[in-house]
Amino acid sequence: MKKFLFLFLILVLTNEAKALIEVDITRGNLNPLPIAVSPLSIDDSSKKSFEKILKKKNIGSEISLIVEKNLKTSGLFNPLNKDAFLQASDIAHLKPRFEDWNLIKAQALITGKVNYVDEKLRVEFRLWDVLAGKEMMALAFTTVPNNWRRVGHIITDKVYERLTGEKGYFDTRIIYVAEEGPKTRRIKKLAIMDQDGANNKFLTLGNELVLTPRFNPTSQMVTYLSYFRNLPRVYLLDIETGMQEVVGDFPGMTFAPRFSPDGKKIIMSFAKDGNSDIYTMDLENRIVEKITNHPSIDTSPSYSPDGKFISFNSDRSGYQQIYIMKSDGSNVKRISFGKGLYGTPVWSPRGDLIAFTKLHKGKFYIGVMRTDGSGERLLTENFYQEAPSWSPNGRVLVFYRETKTDDKGKGFSAKLWSIDLTGYNERLVDTPTDASDPSWSSLLSN
Amino acid sequence: MKLNKILRNGFLIIVTCLALSACATSKKSTGQMQGDVYTGTDTVEYLASGVPDRVFFATNESVLTTASRETLRKQAAWLRKNSDITIVLEGHADERGTREYNLALGERRANAAKDYLMTYGISSDRISVLSYGKERPVDSGSNPLAWSKNRRSVTVKAN
Repeated sequence: MKKFLFLFLILVLTNEAKALIEVDITRGNLNPLPIAVSPLSIDDSSKKSFEKILKKKNIGSEISLIVEKNLKTSGLFNPLNKDAFLQASDIAHLKPRFEDWNLIKAQALITGKVNYVDEKLRVEFRLWDVLAGKEMMALAFTTVPNNWRRVGHIITDKVYERLTGEKGYFDTRIIYVAEEGPKTRRIKKLAIMDQDGANNKFLTLGNELVLTPRFNPTSQMVTYLSYFRNLPRVYLLDIETGMQEVVGDFPGMTFAPRFSPDGKKIIMSFAKDGNSDIYTMDLENRIVEKITNHPSIDTSPSYSPDGKFISFNSDRSGYQQIYIMKSDGSNVKRISFGKGLYGTPVWSPRGDLIAFTKLHKGKFYIGVMRTDGSGERLLTENFYQEAPSWSPNGRVLVFYRETKTDDKGKGFSAKLWSIDLTGYNERLVDTPTDASDPSWSSLLSN
Repeated sequence: MKLNKILRNGFLIIVTCLALSACATSKKSTGQMQGDVYTGTDTVEYLASGVPDRVFFATNESVLTTASRETLRKQAAWLRKNSDITIVLEGHADERGTREYNLALGERRANAAKDYLMTYGISSDRISVLSYGKERPVDSGSNPLAWSKNRRSVTVKAN
């Protein structure tokens, strides 16, 4: 991982210009900001070097395409068609002719260039406010050529942050369960990919059933459930080394694992004699603590970002509902009171909201509520969907959806979808196979 | 709700009923469910002659029905006769619940069966429990009958 993150960020010259364009992300994407992404310019010798190493004809254009696609996917930006661009990209990067960009209705402009320097990829880019005719940001950084896709994601993160005032979520990965085969005998493998679906990689072979992988928010470790030797247990996996180990020594099924926000503990359910309670295990000293003690099913625990509280679901009232408690298990309080069943509470990285799955009158919903249960908002309704996971900036949720089969039991599929916190911008997340149980990583370049 | 409609639009419904001759029986068209508990034998296998291998549950429930208890008593009798046999109770849920809750529910269902077998003299040493949640349906349909077949605890020989 260290090598993968080998990447320098150098601030070149940031204008502390105020009151330039801003994108309001608290409303829907009704008015995405028109933005021109001028292809990163590249000199001939750099072009040849990169073509040799990366087998890409023009790495400058390729990186710009990533930026463009990211911006479009966010739903907040409308990248303009390059055919309409009047100014050459190398000149635009030095001094944009704002009238030209204004003419095609661009409000913001991204320019830049790529060089091959000392076997590394050096990129610099600028963000311009077209209407004000001002530079908003300028950055340069150097990395290994193989990181070229990440360069596109990092540029997007910086632009997003400058224009919305909130951190981006593009230089991230999603771990999920890849699915194949008939519904009655599904083959499941752990898989990981970049947030945009690129660089998909399978992490297990599919010999045993695997479920619910979740990222450690502070590193590239993953915890998940595996049926290795038909013993369903929570495991830890180091994505870089492939090392795996079982978590704790429980005489029965452990499941529903997640990391604490500091990455030092795993919280999970342990089922014994028909009763599931919530436990934590400290990964350093291996001390196990029992957090809930109730004859009902207590599962799907998730910490608040400050680590002081835990949300979970329990059927202690008779049906599945969402509860919160202090992290030591005291002060248990039910927070979901709407009609229907509530499950899979996940605390937003911003701390203010809990995302959940709701089942009501035969339909499944992904929704959010405040941490006291007020302000419930349902974002999407479907035949079956569950397991929301937050983008690291808390603006987007990724979840999975399963289709209804026909009378003969045919036509089953499971796919990943994403939706904005606003309820807008619902999108299919492309995966090479069927997919479920997504978990979003933190920003890699932090 | 159906009843309400019949009262309100009685004539219309009766006419429709005449047109669709199967109307009167459509509610119990399969005859394979009581409430929402599966009572059929489509998916059932036998551990020995007359000893069904599985019991079925109502939605979100782990309570054993009268029929389930009868099945388990047969299993207990068979296990007493074959004292070298050990078993795994595999608990399952239908697809209409969240994955993690269903894992817990499957475990609860299998344990309901285990407890009952134990009261009929089967030692807990001979029984292990494995929950699959909603991961291994027997019927891939997305309808109430398919779901009722999938809400089950299956007794599997382990040796």
